[in-house]
Amino acid sequence: MALKASALSVGQEFSDVVVDNLSRTQIVMYAGASGDYNPVHTDNEFVTKVAGYPGVFAHGMLSMGLTGRLLTDTVGDGRLTKYGVRFVKQVWPGDTLTAKATVAAIREDNGEHLLDLDVVTTNQNGDAVITGSATARIDP
Amino acid sequence: MAVDRFPVEPSHIMMFARAVADTNPIYSDAEYAAGTEVGHLIAPPTFVQASAQFDEAYFLRPKPGTPWFGSAKSASGLMDLPAAEKKESSGGGGNAAGLLHAEQHFEYHRHPAPGDVLTAKSFAGKSWEKEGKKGGKLMFSEAVTEYRDQNGELVVTATGVSVITSRPAEG
Repeated sequence: MALKASALSVGQEFSDVVVDNLSRTQIVMYAGASGDYNPVHTDNEFVTKVAGYPGVFAHGMLSMGLTGRLLTDTVGDGRLTKYGVRFVKQVWPGDTLTAKATVAAIREDNGEHLLDLDVVTTNQNGDAVITGSATARIDP
Repeated sequence: MAVDRFPVEPSHIMMFARAVADTNPIYSDAEYAAGTEVGHLIAPPTFVQASAQFDEAYFLRPKPGTPWFGSAKSASGLMDLPAAEKKESSGGGGNAAGLLHAEQHFEYHRHPAPGDVLTAKSFAGKSWEKEGKKGGKLMFSEAVTEYRDQNGELVVTATGVSVITSRPAEG
């Protein structure tokens, strides 16, 4: 179910809660699936006493992965051609993240219809945790 | 990073999709996937990051017989070592705590699917320095990783930016 260029307009927004009350276990799941076992994400003893943080925090790539769900739900499966983010703020257990994709451009390149999205994911305080952009192939 | 063999497997895709809280059946149900526009299972957009599982030298995974810098008897496993061994042990040590992921970009030439056997090869990109907001230097460096399939075709180009901070990042 792909998007149609004719049905989109610049400024149009798509938004969803991508995680509600992030659990430490979800972070452990991400460590296990991705293979990134950096103890700052799962080891409270290490992260507080050695690394000097108040507690464990999520992998940036977990926030990017959670946000990816909004993008693929919006543009359809297998349609993304680009997805990039900056990690601007740490994400902590208990955080609730809302991802928002805003239509930045609808364009044609070599006969292909493309959609550019601005992407921002914010926490429960309204602070951006990641910002970025994505591009997808859409139907005419 | 260099990975010689990253087999894309359905169970790994399913676990990865669960880890990013994505219940889309295109990541777990082959029968459903067969009826979609794509026509088969595919991997979620950030899946190639899991190539770390197949990187023999990846330093953020504990390995048997190698001291691990996460907590064990002490807050860091390295504190349990005699002083001489501490110096020798590589594997990042406390430094890994100061190494943070600043940016990540993916370009999809196509989306990986079960049956693909990918390779990954990284090249150093740009590097630059910035002053941190509360003082201290931030050192950024970029790495470009090309994921190719069993036919040598480019599947995903990934650009990661890391930053080394001289103190814990503000959160």
